[in-house]
Amino acid sequence: MNVFDIIGPIMVGPSSSHTAGAVRIGQIARVVAGGKPVAVTIELYGSFAQTYKGHGTDKAIIAGLLGMAPDDQRIKDSLALAGQAGMSFKFRKSSNQAVHPNTALISAVDQLGKKTIVQGSSVGGGRIVVNRINEINVKFKGDYYTLLIPHTDTPGVIAAVTKLLADHGINIAELNMYRSHRGGEAMMVIETDQAVKAEVVSLIEAVKTVKKAVLIEPIY
Amino acid sequence: MITYDSIQELADRARKKGKRISELVLEDQALHMEQSKDELVELMRKSLHVMAAAAKSGLTSRSLSASGLSGGDANKMKQVVDGGRSLSGKVLSETLAKALAIAEVNACMGRIVAAPTAGSCGIIPALLLTLKEEHHLTEDQVVMSLFTAAGLGMVIAKKASISGAEGGCQAECGSAAAMAAAAAVELMGGSPQMSAHACAFALKSVLGLVCDPVAGLVEVPCIKRNASGAANALVAAEMALAGIESTIPVDEVIGAMKAIGDAMPKALKETAEGGLADTPTAKKIAREILR
Ligand code: SF4
Repeated sequence: MNVFDIIGPIMVGPSSSHTAGAVRIGQIARVVAGGKPVAVTIELYGSFAQTYKGHGTDKAIIAGLLGMAPDDQRIKDSLALAGQAGMSFKFRKSSNQAVHPNTALISAVDQLGKKTIVQGSSVGGGRIVVNRINEINVKFKGDYYTLLIPHTDTPGVIAAVTKLLADHGINIAELNMYRSHRGGEAMMVIETDQAVKAEVVSLIEAVKTVKKAVLIEPIY
Repeated sequence: MITYDSIQELADRARKKGKRISELVLEDQALHMEQSKDELVELMRKSLHVMAAAAKSGLTSRSLSASGLSGGDANKMKQVVDGGRSLSGKVLSETLAKALAIAEVNACMGRIVAAPTAGSCGIIPALLLTLKEEHHLTEDQVVMSLFTAAGLGMVIAKKASISGAEGGCQAECGSAAAMAAAAAVELMGGSPQMSAHACAFALKSVLGLVCDPVAGLVEVPCIKRNASGAANALVAAEMALAGIESTIPVDEVIGAMKAIGDAMPKALKETAEGGLADTPTAKKIAREILR
């Protein structure tokens, strides 16, 4: 905690959890999908579902998907801006109680028809937790530089990736592995203290059985 | 390094070193965040500018929030102030107008600084910006006082809570008022110990205040609680500057706030199931808005 957690963040209102946090979930979905999607479906759970209109949670998520930050004053016009930017959207309210109260599940389809799923929860004060990427359950907050590395679960992948980071002087704050089953689809989530340059991201993508590496910049 | 476990400790340390609380907090945070003091001051200045812009736009705006529940009240208040018709004098009425203004900007999806939260964002800037105008203080002085507000806020966040969902509105509007009061005391030349007393006064006045937003939206009663929170801060600062002392030490008041927050039922902690949110009118509003 530092002084700017208390006097801050600078954000567009009205609610740090229902608005600022929602923008952030949208932003992360955009990065994971590899840029602006052409069509998105957003399922809202819990109090997101109940109060999204009054809190502008819908506008906030769309703004994030359009690449806006939580303090962008265009957030309140984002639904119209999405139309201009050629992104269609649909909101659905879910009554499923199983997930955290402030949760959005975003399915984004890009120009080539490829679908990406990101589910995130807003946990208070604008902080979020991403808990699902496509079919894999994950857990990260996005307050560090975060590398998402989908790969096939094989021996040596983690060692190869961490060695690359070490060689470039990048310190790992946290590393987690999630997999659907042994030898199946897996996701490495690495949080680092330093920024990861694009060239290092490409080197990671060249590691055998790594499918892709996505870098998410920290929140504020 | 400061541990932010005790406001008394912070005040004692400042007194011993002959410094203001803001100076101690700034030095500590520069070390902690590995940035220069100047960089942190500039970051804080940016926040102050956003606060001032929000106050300015909120005072003139008559637009309504998406729910239609709020908007335009700051403008009404401002007209009374400018027309010289205020009951309570310039400093208080101007503070009330700004607090309503910033909270309305927040409700209308405008840009604000969470201080400490979005729901309570009007309290600290309303009082500090008004004191700046009415007492001809410099921008640098006000920027520094925000470090005092933040330092005390860190102790409250650590030892109790600054979230309505966790501790009720005492933790949001109460904390904001306490932080504003302490900062105002420092701005007006009071001692660190006086800041600590001001912080205690403001918290004591709202212990037990529940979080009961109508329809779950940060509008009713939140916006008007920003006005009363700013007034609470002014009252607390005024008493502390007069040399009045809190019988219960500030850290014990924070302990009490934590215990009360823990004892508060869930229905009174932001769930919109109790308090004002559970009144017939609120339920009707909720049905209409959430339809
Ligand atoms: S009532 Fe609740 S939501 Fe409204 S300002 Fe107070 S703590 Fe925040």
